[in-house]
This record gives sequence, structure tokens and C-alpha cells, in this order.
Amino acid sequence: MNIFVCIRQVPDTTTRIKLREDGNGIDEADIQWIISPHDELAIEEALQLRDRQPGSTVTVLSAGPERVTDSLRMALAMGADSAVRLDLPGDADSATNARALAAAIGKLGAADIVFVGKEAIDDGAGAVGTMLAVRLGFPSINVVNGIEYGEGSVTCRRDVGGGNIEIIETPLPAVISAQVGLNEPRYATALNIIKAKKKPIDTITADELGITEADRKTRLRNFELPPPKQPCRLIEGSPAEQANELIRVLAEDIQAI
Amino acid sequence: MKILIIAEHKNGTLAEATRELFGLSLGQAEIHAVVAGEEVAPLAEPLGQLGAAKVHLVESPALAGGTGESLGQALGQVVPQIGPDVVLAAHTPQGRDLAPRLAATLDAALATDCIQLGCEGETVTARRPIYAGKATAEVEFTDDSLKVITVRPRTAKAPEPDAGRSAEVATVAVELSEQKTALKEIIAGGGERPDVTEAAIIVTGGRSLGSAENFSIIENFADTIGAAVGSSRAAVDAGYRPYRDQVGQTGKVVSPQVYIACGVSGAIQHLAGMRTSKHIVAINIDPEAPIFQLADYGIVGDLFEVVPLLAEAAKNRNGS
Ligand SMILES: Cc1cc2nc3c(=O)[nH]c(=O)nc-3n(C[C@H](O)[C@H](O)[C@H](O)COP(=O)(O)OP(=O)(O)OC[C@H]3O[C@@H](n4cnc5c(N)ncnc54)[C@H](O)[C@@H]3O)c2cc1C
Ligand SMILES: Nc1ncnc2c1ncn2[C@@H]1O[C@H](COP(=O)(O)O)[C@@H](O)[C@H]1O
Repeated sequence: MNIFVCIRQVPDTTTRIKLREDGNGIDEADIQWIISPHDELAIEEALQLRDRQPGSTVTVLSAGPERVTDSLRMALAMGADSAVRLDLPGDADSATNARALAAAIGKLGAADIVFVGKEAIDDGAGAVGTMLAVRLGFPSINVVNGIEYGEGSVTCRRDVGGGNIEIIETPLPAVISAQVGLNEPRYATALNIIKAKKKPIDTITADELGITEADRKTRLRNFELPPPKQPCRLIEGSPAEQANELIRVLAEDIQAI
Repeated sequence: MKILIIAEHKNGTLAEATRELFGLSLGQAEIHAVVAGEEVAPLAEPLGQLGAAKVHLVESPALAGGTGESLGQALGQVVPQIGPDVVLAAHTPQGRDLAPRLAATLDAALATDCIQLGCEGETVTARRPIYAGKATAEVEFTDDSLKVITVRPRTAKAPEPDAGRSAEVATVAVELSEQKTALKEIIAGGGERPDVTEAAIIVTGGRSLGSAENFSIIENFADTIGAAVGSSRAAVDAGYRPYRDQVGQTGKVVSPQVYIACGVSGAIQHLAGMRTSKHIVAINIDPEAPIFQLADYGIVGDLFEVVPLLAEAAKNRNGS
């Protein structure tokens, strides 16, 4: 099978976000970059599928500037067969990223299945996978936390809120977005990380993908940090007094209950 | 400006998150609503009372037991016929699935999970959280394409229905091709308690509960105040709660009116899922726990002692 995984490079979750002076972006100076957590699940799923289906390959794609090669190397260290960077600016919007990924998959060969993450933790848009599927003309199933593989089809469990679960079947090729619970992503071993340093990573330019600035539909600007928090009001007294006072606050001050 | 609200519904009732969309400050825009499914005509009346000038009914049996694919295809046909400048949906599981489908199908601009939305004249401004709520940014629409926007639930308050208002009603036909995806089964979970993404109040327990059984303390309190039960990842990993209750970066992102964290340390990945809650309450035995830095109200104490007392105090208040 021809298995593709799309990964996005994002700031590590513990990063303190600092804004750029012009307010139209963040200061990237001290950022530790990681593979977005749900995309690690997507990689893991692809690797497990490949290992069950002899002759399969896993190709990992990431659209972004030069820095994303580090994340692609990490995916190679986890076990992917090849990795390709699509040379796009880091602030490309979902529409552009989806177009570029679809063009790249079109170039690289007939995909049987494409794995993406449920959403990237930087923009939290949850959009690129579905838009990519539309561009490829593939069906897509989102927020999947369990997959059964059949002959030319997959059956997915997905979270739909309210604690409800949908079981959806689709023929392949398809785009599947990974949600926590799908699997436990493996760690890359130190040895494999070193080995991955030597592996080639191809780059496809925006030109080759037919992407121009005119594909952009949105841009983020006027970033703001949340207003500073008022200090916490500690409720004092005996446990019973504390409980009574908190319930009074909820009922009277906030009028929530 | 013409705004089309996608009305989400279940068992013949409009979703609360859809009702809230009518409470956004949409200026002088002409508000339309589209409601797709089977036997959706009765929903035109409440939509009119909320402020829709025109309601478009899309009836197809295929939409009732369908997947996101059929809804996406149906609205992909209907939206160009209606010709709005903006399509608005709630950022619910349905809206999250639909909006990107629609945006890609119609070559529209997309802004998901917005927490502020304004319309003035022909200008739409939207603001959304980024980096898991550590910052927000305004979405600039760089051309005059159609805009597809989803709005985080609880961003606005649903207006009171006005019985004096009604909408013009139109029926739109769609022709759905054979669907690739097939909905095989819906496994209903949850029971009586609201889901964390929908609840106005959430009571969350952490690892410190120590067992699945001990979560009954949290459940009892939640039930007395009509709250949902949330969980930290540590409590999910330990098997105390199902994954669907997990709040945080790799769980659900919630924005309730009140979030009550009991025995939760306040790790950055947990905060990522709840930092935009309106009021945050922390109950923790350790006064140094990071959760207190985000909390509005705090009780330093043993949750095994305090939480049952909270349930009792809430019950007494209800009773009086
Ligand atoms: C990539 C990644 C993603 C993650 N995603 C998530 C996520 O989505 N959601 C999430 O929650 N976490 C997530 N985590 C885990 C997160 O880092 C924390 O480990 C987790 O949130 C801790 O859960 P906790 O607060 O229940 O437990 P702990 O950190 O162990 O805290 C327990 C707290 O309970 C208090 N306590 C103990 N006994 C009592 C008592 N009797 N009464 C009152 N208080 C008491 C303690 O003082 C302490 O503050 C993620 C981590 C990573 C690396
Ligand atoms: N620049 C990108 N390169 C490759 N894949 C991406 C990129 N952006 C998003 N994706 C994929 O799409 C998923 C959803 O991203 P988003 O729509 O940004 O929340 C991610 O989890 C990735 O799998």
C-alpha cells in the first residue's frame, strides 16, 4: 500500500508564547519545535499498517520552511520510509496547505490511504485533512480513535460528542484524521535518530506544486496575549464554611447555579 | 451583507450552539438559515423567532442516516444558490466536520473556532485562539471569497425567541450522488449527564481521586448542580475515567461558564483545554499548585472533605 502521513511542526506545548513587535506573529527565537501530538498518532498508525501489509511504504509530508526538516527526520527515525518537505511559508493558511499537500500526493503516486492529525495544536483549526480530502476527491473520516482494516476499505470509530460514537465505513483511498486513543505512538530510539540524520529529505517547491500567494484566503494578524489574570481569591475558613461560601459565590456572584 | 447560519438539530430541536449564533453582533446583516435533514420544516418557526429573515429547508432522507459527506455535499449545492457572503456554523463536532468540506468545495476562506465575531457594513472581523489559548489572533480575509466561519459554543448568549417574528420559508432541492462513506452504527454513550463540550459547568477530577469509584464524589457534586464531569489525562490514563471526559490539549477543549478543578495540578497541557473558561475554581490541597495561578476562586483543602460538603451545600441551597 502507498501510505501517506501529513505532519505539521508546532511549538512544544510548554513554550511560553512571545509576540513579535509588530503584533502579527510570534517570536520564534527560543521555540522548541515538535511534531504536533495528533500527527504522531497518524505516523504510528501508518507504520503499523505498513508492517502488516508487506510491500507497503510510508511517505511523510510536511509543508513549511526549512526548519520542518527536523520533524520529518524525527518521522524517519520513528520508521517512515521517506519524507518530503513542501516549501511553503510557516504562515500558509489551511486552504494553501491543503492544496499543496494534494498536489504533492498527486505527484508522488497513487495514495491508498492518507493519515493526518485531528487538529494541529498551534492553529487548532482541524481543517487541513478534510480540505485535502476534498481536493483529492477522497472521502474523509475525522476524529478517529479506532480502525479496522478490510479489503480495500476501512471501518472507523469516531467521537461525535455527547459521549456518542459513530462507526463509519469507507472504501479506500481515504483520508483519516487521528484522535487520541487510536494507538500509542512509539519513541524514536537514539540510534534511529542518528541514522535519520543522514537520510535524504526531498523538497518540492511551491512553484512545482503550482501554489502562489493568490491561493491564500486568510492571514492571522493583531495577535494578543490573554489579559493578565486577577489574583485568585482564596476562600478561607473551615471546610464547611469554604463549601458554603463557594456555593454562595456560584449562585449569587456568578449566578451559575 | 447576507449571512447564512447552518442550523444544527437533533430530535426535532435546534442545538443550543446554533441558537447562540443568533446572539452574535451581526449588525445590519440579512440573516438566513439553512436546515438540512428529514422533516425539518417545523424548525423554520423557531429559526424565524430567533431572527432569521429566511429559512431554507433541505429535505432528503439520505441526510437523516448520513455521514458528514452527505451533509457536505448537500450544502455544497445549496450554499451557492442562496449566495451568502458568510456561512456561519457552530464549532461542534458537526460544524468542525462540515466547515472545511464546504470551504474546500466552494473555494471559500475558512476561519474555525472563532471566539469573537463582528459584522459592520461589509466588513467581517473574527478572532480565534491560537497556541491552545495562549494567544488570540484576528483572522484577516485576504480576498472577497465567501467566508465559512465556525464559532466556539458559548461565545454569545442565545437571544430570547420573539414570538412576533417569523421567517420566509423556501425549499431547496438537492441531488445527492451515491455516498462513499456509510454510517454503520451509532453507539450512544453518556447517559443523563451533559458532555463536557456542551455543559455550562464542569467539575473535573484529577489523578488525586485515586480510583474510578472515588469519582462518585465528583459525580455527586456535578449532578447536584447539573454539571458535566471532566477528567485530567492522568485520571484517564489511570483508568478512572473514559477518554471522552478528558480535558486538555490532547482531550477536549472546553469553555464553560464555570470550571471547577478538583485535585488537578494545572499542567500546561490541561490548561490548554480549559483556560478560556469564564470562571475557574480550583480545589487543591497544595497552595503552590499551578492551577491557582489561573483560578479566580480557590479552596486550599482536601477534596475528599470539601467536595462532599459542596454537594451538601448546593443541595441545601436548592432545597431552601
Ligand atoms: C503531549 C502531552 C499531552 C498531554 N495532554 C493532556 C491533556 O489533554 N489533558 C491533561 O489533563 N493532561 C495532559 N497531559 C498530561 C499533563 O502534563 C499532566 O501530567 C496531567 O494533566 C496531570 O494530571 P493531574 O493534575 O490529575 O495529576 P497531578 O499532576 O499528579 O496532580 C494531582 C494534583 O492533586 C492534588 N491533590 C492530591 N491529593 C489531593 C487531595 N486529597 N485534595 C485536593 N488536591 C489533592 C495535588 O496537589 C496535585 O496538584 C499531556 C502531557 C503531554 C506530554
Ligand atoms: N503544514 C502542514 N504540513 C503537513 N500537514 C499539515 C500541515 N498543516 C496541517 N497538516 C495536517 O492537517 C492536520 C490538521 O491541521 P489543522 O487543520 O492545522 O488543525 C494536522 O494534524 C496535520 O496532519
